[in-house]
Amino acid sequence: MNHSISLTVNGARRDFVLDDPRVTLLDLLRERLHLTGTKKGCDRGQCGACTILVDGKRINSCLALAISHDGADILTIEGVARGDQLHPMQAAFIAHDGFQCGFCTPGQIMSAIGMMSEAQAGNDPERIRECMSGNLCRCGAYAGIVDAVLDAQGKMDETNQRRSA
Amino acid sequence: MKQFDYVRPATVTEAVAAAAQPGAVYLAAGTNLLDLMKGNISRPDRLVDVTHLEGLDGIERLADGGLRIGALVSNADLAHDADFARSYPAVAEALLSGASAQLRNAATVGGNLLQRTRCAYFYDTASRCNKREAGSGCDARDDENRGHAVLGWSENCIATHPSDFCVPLVALDAVVEIEGRNGRREIALEALHRLPGDAPERESALEPGDLIVAVRLPPAASGFAAHARYLKVRERTSYAFAIVSAAAALRIEGGRIAEARLALGGVAAKPWRARAAEDVLRGVAPTADAFQEAAWRALTDAKPSGDNAFKIELARRIVARALSLAAAGTPARLPALPASLFASTSGAIHA
Amino acid sequence: MPELNLTSAPAHLRHGSNIGQPLTRRDGILKVTGHATYAADNHPPGMLFAVIAVSRIAHGRVTSLDVAAAKRHPGVVDVMTPDHKPQLAIDPEIKTNPFVFRMEALQSNEVRYANQPIAVVIAETLEAATEGAVLLAPRYETLPPLVGLDAGESFVPPVVGVGNPSEHHRGDVEAGLASAEKRIDATYETPPQYHNAMEPHAIVVQWDGDSLSVDMPTQGLKLSLARIAELFGIAHDKIHIRSPFLGGGFGSKGLMGGPPVLGIMAAKLVGRPVKLVLRREQMYGPVGHRAPTRQRLRIGADGAGRLTALDHHARTVSSTFDDFYEPAADASHTLYAAPAIRTSHDAVRVNTGTPLFMRAPGEATGSIALESAIDEMAWACGMDPLAFRLKNYAEREPISGKPFSSKALRACYEQGAARFGWAKRSLQPRRMRDDDGLLVGWGLGTATFPALMFQADARAAIRRDGSGVMEIGAHDMGQGAWTALAQIAADAVGLDIDRVAFKAGTSDLPDAGIAGGSAHTATAGAAIHSAGAAVIAKLADLATNDERSPLFGAGNAGVIAREGRLIRRDDESRSESYAEILARAGLAEIEARGTGAPNPAAMEEYAMHAHGAVFAEVKVDPELGQVRVSRMVGAFAAGRIVNPLMVQSQLFGGMIWGLSFALHEEAITDRRTGRIMNANLGEYHVPVNADVPPLDVITVEEHDPHVNALGIKGVGEIGITGSAGAVANAVWHATGVRVRKFPIRIEELLTQR
Repeated sequence: MNHSISLTVNGARRDFVLDDPRVTLLDLLRERLHLTGTKKGCDRGQCGACTILVDGKRINSCLALAISHDGADILTIEGVARGDQLHPMQAAFIAHDGFQCGFCTPGQIMSAIGMMSEAQAGNDPERIRECMSGNLCRCGAYAGIVDAVLDAQGKMDETNQRRSA
Repeated sequence: MKQFDYVRPATVTEAVAAAAQPGAVYLAAGTNLLDLMKGNISRPDRLVDVTHLEGLDGIERLADGGLRIGALVSNADLAHDADFARSYPAVAEALLSGASAQLRNAATVGGNLLQRTRCAYFYDTASRCNKREAGSGCDARDDENRGHAVLGWSENCIATHPSDFCVPLVALDAVVEIEGRNGRREIALEALHRLPGDAPERESALEPGDLIVAVRLPPAASGFAAHARYLKVRERTSYAFAIVSAAAALRIEGGRIAEARLALGGVAAKPWRARAAEDVLRGVAPTADAFQEAAWRALTDAKPSGDNAFKIELARRIVARALSLAAAGTPARLPALPASLFASTSGAIHA
Repeated sequence: MPELNLTSAPAHLRHGSNIGQPLTRRDGILKVTGHATYAADNHPPGMLFAVIAVSRIAHGRVTSLDVAAAKRHPGVVDVMTPDHKPQLAIDPEIKTNPFVFRMEALQSNEVRYANQPIAVVIAETLEAATEGAVLLAPRYETLPPLVGLDAGESFVPPVVGVGNPSEHHRGDVEAGLASAEKRIDATYETPPQYHNAMEPHAIVVQWDGDSLSVDMPTQGLKLSLARIAELFGIAHDKIHIRSPFLGGGFGSKGLMGGPPVLGIMAAKLVGRPVKLVLRREQMYGPVGHRAPTRQRLRIGADGAGRLTALDHHARTVSSTFDDFYEPAADASHTLYAAPAIRTSHDAVRVNTGTPLFMRAPGEATGSIALESAIDEMAWACGMDPLAFRLKNYAEREPISGKPFSSKALRACYEQGAARFGWAKRSLQPRRMRDDDGLLVGWGLGTATFPALMFQADARAAIRRDGSGVMEIGAHDMGQGAWTALAQIAADAVGLDIDRVAFKAGTSDLPDAGIAGGSAHTATAGAAIHSAGAAVIAKLADLATNDERSPLFGAGNAGVIAREGRLIRRDDESRSESYAEILARAGLAEIEARGTGAPNPAAMEEYAMHAHGAVFAEVKVDPELGQVRVSRMVGAFAAGRIVNPLMVQSQLFGGMIWGLSFALHEEAITDRRTGRIMNANLGEYHVPVNADVPPLDVITVEEHDPHVNALGIKGVGEIGITGSAGAVANAVWHATGVRVRKFPIRIEELLTQR
């Protein structure tokens, strides 16, 4: 049975006919929309490589059926930069070497952006470590990831303060 | 994943009717169900998607002082609700100690209650498992079982319930509201999960079509806010299931324990309410000796189901620790590492 | 595929030269924007999805597959089985060279281990292929599996690791033990571990007639290409492999395994492009792992704390059908100056996928046992663990008697200890607590890893516009080849890094050797260095032999290459740009090749190793036994550091692997069935962010004129050695409990109150 659904993906509305209700958001993005920045590391919600924002919240896209998310607003790693201008989190990951192989990186960055809007961790490295623990990095770039998050948060706070001043 | 029909009912009544059919299951966030389906542990014919149902995603303070939590409220939204965390700090701490931020954002309150065991033999479809396939046997009994149950298990099943959330909930006498084919009813959370006995495949008191629509905390539950903790021993600092966990909540009046609540996680097929331990604490001063006595009482009936005798001693120790931390007072702010031993220093006595 | 467009990161820190600068990753923008293309990100038109079905038994044979049921599933195109598959040109059981390991390519119905591929389902969608594989519902004839370190008769393997003798002797160990005043006789166990790179093994295959185009992550492009060529009977130049990025390798993507071969076969069978990606649980079998070990160490020391003998025996396992033996005992060859050393190995065969190289093979397993035993002996002698190690510091390599090409380990101990504050350590265990009442322990481990070199080629060119090209089929699996090798390339051709087109990651480029053994930067770097020198020499020839050039008559040795110009060494006012030289010669480009290779004479004369000292602090709940590492300091001496930022990251990563070895990782095998019961990332625990404390890395300056032209020793693996032992020793120091079975479990630490 075919199901029509529509999603907003990185700001653009996309309408699909899903021929199979088994398709997850992750496989929809990767195999049908060819947005392959979002990675499949485990497909079971155990690694975080597939993290995307759905309606502003970070989730594991491998454990979300696309059909159940009709109408959702989705942000993937491909939608984070503005043209050539990197998101401060992306720039900070480069500056602090918050990755090595890069495979977990899209998920880490989406998770970090999601974490900032949750506003639970603040600038406490221990809270950041805890709040980023849903994203495994086998290369072991955790130190750089925490530094990148702190740096990007600081820069974004500054920018916001300047804007509001 | 097996092919299935996807149904999206418009009302609770429609949902119950659709899910009462053989082979049908409810889909909420799917964080556990999809994992099980991908592993072929669960192969439903029909998914009844309840995520779009109206009215199940609210947190409502009741006139009697209780709280009603819609079944579709996400674990994260509940834990981060400031009023909720203030009134039921051990529940918030338990929620935030479970899974990962991503999973908590998706996973629902109702789904958390109904999550399945993490027993490796339940997950391994080539193994015999009475829970997965009634009457097939239990391969966990004779091999890798250091993480298995020490309370309430039977020869047929030694699996544990993995939820953190349920542990303080059951301590606080939470009630589950259920919509079924014969209308609405409610049962104590403590009665929702079943011990395995000779039918481990029957995990809960739910009947076909039954839909959990809300979890309710009774008025008395917020009376423990000043002295409530959840503690969890695990093999990673975060993103790991409990080996053993404990929720302890005390009402202290005039230097004595007016009422104690205690439950254990990771030790049985259900969140384990330790009433005998609660009883010995009633009316006594909150001392280390009293907590040791309570810890001993909590595990009186425990016996190893395999290479897991250590869990009994570990459970005693975590009970004593959780009680003493609760007695010291709920921290003003949730620890950086929720429920962790590495954040277990007590804060100032909660105002 | 468009040519990889590497962009310099905005945060580049540049101070004028190339080697030695902490440049940020040149592939950074691609990686943070999701535009870095890993193998599974490819999607050629008409592509089908292939999913492997794996065996659920560990030993026996498949008696039936319900192919009809799978084919009935909508979207399933075909099912590849031992009875229905393209024929290979040679039997994959034939070992055509020492780097060929046996693989399962559906040659028969025989099952040799759990998770062995037994069929491949090919379908229009991933969902259909995945379910099709389930519907095959295999039936088996099951034979009892061989499981564990005592599975059967042990034997002495002919070689361990890659061609090392399985036994070594120097001096009389028994006499040394007999004369000792203190003796340690301790047995340690390490579990099977799985690489678990974040990127599952994947391949996207397109056949065009007899030409083959492949996207797959590989740590060895040319080895993979040669293996594909012989298996499929096609010429090397008909095969093109792209591997611009690996989502981690750690040894599991070094040699061609069965799954990518099945992908190539599947594409041939259906005549369409195919993508085949392993499911996470399928990575616990056909793609290698670290074998379990049981190691007995017998150590003797005299009254002054000097070693009299060191005997290290390791039991390990290999598969029932191939040979790889974790060379764990060899870790005792280099570190401690015992006058008598014996190392030996034996093994049993079990029903497992063949164990293989996994980050620091041998050194990681051997190091945690050796460093634990040395710590036990220090305590037995009543000595501080650092003082004991210094007392037994090896000025020459103990096993061979050779001098070291360089060894700054003493400086590592000193600088690491100072940074860590080691002097404040209590000698007695279980004496330190923090403000919260947690037990605190401090532990030390010595790190070592051989400085290896393989063989590599590179091609350098200078173009008419004065820019450079460097081509080498190198591999970036996260260590930073795109950046570090480009830095070497830029210096090699005397250009700014942004003026050099650095090409890597495809099989049509010169052979960079395998990215393993911590040798890739050294090996590929040496080839790049030599290609660059060769092309500059050619350019200099052109100029100095041309009387119209200001460099005329300078002779080759008389010029230096800097910032795109050749400059007279004796008169810097006389110089000419590359572009001017080529323009005058009427050349569009000038090119040269270079090689990197080990120097046999130097290897004969010197022992070559990187060294380090790792200091760890753990906190342990005194009653509940949970452990958390609270800080680590690692001081490493590894020759020249090409890019300090990436070297630090590599060492951090290694230290985290060491922490994980001591506290987390273990594949749990059911003794009855041989199935791994935690073949997933939920229960096979690798450290999460919250497990990793603030880490501190010191790179100790070390100049080594012997290891290779650039003086590079490699840092990919040394971080795990030393670290695992340091954490284990810290747990002992915190608790007074010596755990000899790894990972250290909570139940071991539930001591009496």
